[in-house]
Amino acid sequence: MSAELEMIRVYIMGRAYEVPAGLTIMKAMEYAGYRLVRGVGCRGGFCGACATVFRRPGDYKLYADLACQTTAEDEMYIAQIPSVPAERAPWKLSELEPEENFILALYPEVARCVACNTCSRACPQELEVMDYIQAALRGDIAQVAELSFDCVQCGLCAMRCPAEIVHYHVGQLARRVYGAYRAPQAGHLAARVEEIESGTFDQELDTLQQMSRDELVEAYRKRDVEK
Amino acid sequence: MNTILYYPGCGVADQARSMEKGAREALTALDWEMQEMSRWNCCGTVYSLATDDLMRHVGPARVLARAQDAGQERLLTLCSMCYSTLKRSEQFLTADRERLDRVNAFLDDEPDYRGGLRVVHLLELLRDEIGYEAVQERVVRPLQGLKVAPYYGCTLTRPRAAGVDDPERPTVLEDLLTALGAEAVATAERVECCGAYLTASSPDVARRRAVDIARAAIAGGAELMITSCPLCQYNLDTRLAEARGSSDLRVPSVYFTQLLALALGGDPAVEEHEIDPLPVLAARGLSVEVKA
Amino acid sequence: MADQVRLSKVALSADFARRVEELSGQSPYRCYQCGKCGAGCPFAEYMDLLPSQVLRLVQIGDERVLDAGAPWSCASCLACEVRCPRGVDIAKVMEAVRLLSLRKGRTPFAVDEAASRRLPQIALVGITRKMTP
Ligand code: SF4
Ligand code: SF4
Ligand code: FES
Repeated sequence: MSAELEMIRVYIMGRAYEVPAGLTIMKAMEYAGYRLVRGVGCRGGFCGACATVFRRPGDYKLYADLACQTTAEDEMYIAQIPSVPAERAPWKLSELEPEENFILALYPEVARCVACNTCSRACPQELEVMDYIQAALRGDIAQVAELSFDCVQCGLCAMRCPAEIVHYHVGQLARRVYGAYRAPQAGHLAARVEEIESGTFDQELDTLQQMSRDELVEAYRKRDVEK
Repeated sequence: MNTILYYPGCGVADQARSMEKGAREALTALDWEMQEMSRWNCCGTVYSLATDDLMRHVGPARVLARAQDAGQERLLTLCSMCYSTLKRSEQFLTADRERLDRVNAFLDDEPDYRGGLRVVHLLELLRDEIGYEAVQERVVRPLQGLKVAPYYGCTLTRPRAAGVDDPERPTVLEDLLTALGAEAVATAERVECCGAYLTASSPDVARRRAVDIARAAIAGGAELMITSCPLCQYNLDTRLAEARGSSDLRVPSVYFTQLLALALGGDPAVEEHEIDPLPVLAARGLSVEVKA
Repeated sequence: MADQVRLSKVALSADFARRVEELSGQSPYRCYQCGKCGAGCPFAEYMDLLPSQVLRLVQIGDERVLDAGAPWSCASCLACEVRCPRGVDIAKVMEAVRLLSLRKGRTPFAVDEAASRRLPQIALVGITRKMTP
């Protein structure tokens, strides 16, 4: 094992820094001395706060990814996008008619999509973003909900789209409407709520409430996990 | 059973589903099957008329590339607007190697489009490949006595190089009607635009166009119009119904595919209309049920 | 229907005519002002200039055509294109005028939100494309 750390050079917001190899972009930035108060959240790839764009040497492409999930590479040019300016159209779930063209009415720019697929290439979640925008265009909210389900709202798609669409807001709108009006209701859930409300479990709950801590632990250990 | 790869387009996939249902029913009766592309995007609906926006050809090129990559030599469309946009983009790209290369270079997430895919409208398939005689032989419910005005609109026949028939004197719809046993009525407005997308910016222009078209159809003695485009259909149904002073001009419209399905013994998939075509059909002994 | 066009000495620019020619791929000078385009145009009655008058203004390089309403009443239906005896694709000239007008920051109209809820998306995509410089 070598005592020396292998170092790489990265350019963060236009300045060169030497950082140890193998760090994520986020850690590389912190190593370089940035104290992140914006553009960081869960550090686990879930919150979408750490949108970042970068280029690699000798490659014309502009890449987009999450800083907490992407390993910094030698000679990488990095810029963070702590906030994506975007307006969420005002809507109330109760006022939307799933039969109408409500997506195009609220986000008319969806009709500007030129099918360039830049959004999908930018998406760190590797979603088929273009396909969900195209599904939105043809009013297929079930498909939008399905395809955009794993969106972390990082906004990288919206930063790259030549049609200036705010994809993640469109996806969220479709998921909400789908959930409220279209998704099949869970039958077993309704049945259980019915049981609870009709008092089927009242006695058991009362018993549980009377039990001491030790009794509870004991009961927990003995519970029938198969049931 | 013959199969053909099929591009629906947004209109047909959404509010114009009856156009597709009619086509499927009819083609089944003719031993043909449309196979929908597994992934497709909007064609852009209007072909770009400017020289400096290759970007507008990216959408069509993506569709063409995927169709070609699926091992196909041609691609079927129902909607005249999709037909025209895809067809013209196809011609535009195939005509110039350099242009094609530039679009392919941009579309580096798709297989290259090599050019030469044939974009086919359903009317061409029926007329040129299946043949109207064969269609006629399969008719089980002749549309006897039904007086129908074909409405061509624009993109089915214009420009000439990308049209399915002569732009000024087309007969492809009349000939189809004759094969189905209906009476094709000639009207002065059959190739004149319904207003197309102006329906969004100037609804009143679309209403007045619909009135002119309906008046011409009635003057010719028509009791029904047929269309090949969801936007024509919208303007001739909704915009006509809304137009002031149109109460004596309420001539209904259906897609040609619906009449075709009906004559071939299938379900014409009539959904809700502003101007109901059912009474006209029923009066000719062609009663059909409306699907909810 | 259109009034007569007054030719003025102001703002005539050969560059403008050339720009339209480039963008449309159509030479405006092929037009000999026969008027067949406007005669058959289903939208001429809603236009402030006839299609041939739009072409005329382009020929003489009069940029006031950028403020005309006529190109916005054109539905690119190509009725004129199939009829022009000089083979001018007038719809392409109309498109070029629309684009140059948009690129100067002019917005002819907005599509209203409530109405668009009921419109077929192909109409919305069409109008949006026509409104995108
Ligand atoms: S769809 Fe857009 S906002 Fe959602 S995860 Fe992908 S890039 Fe981020
Ligand atoms: S980046 Fe924008 S224009 Fe391109 S495919 Fe995605 S939504 Fe459409
Ligand atoms: S910090 Fe939450 S996704 Fe990166």
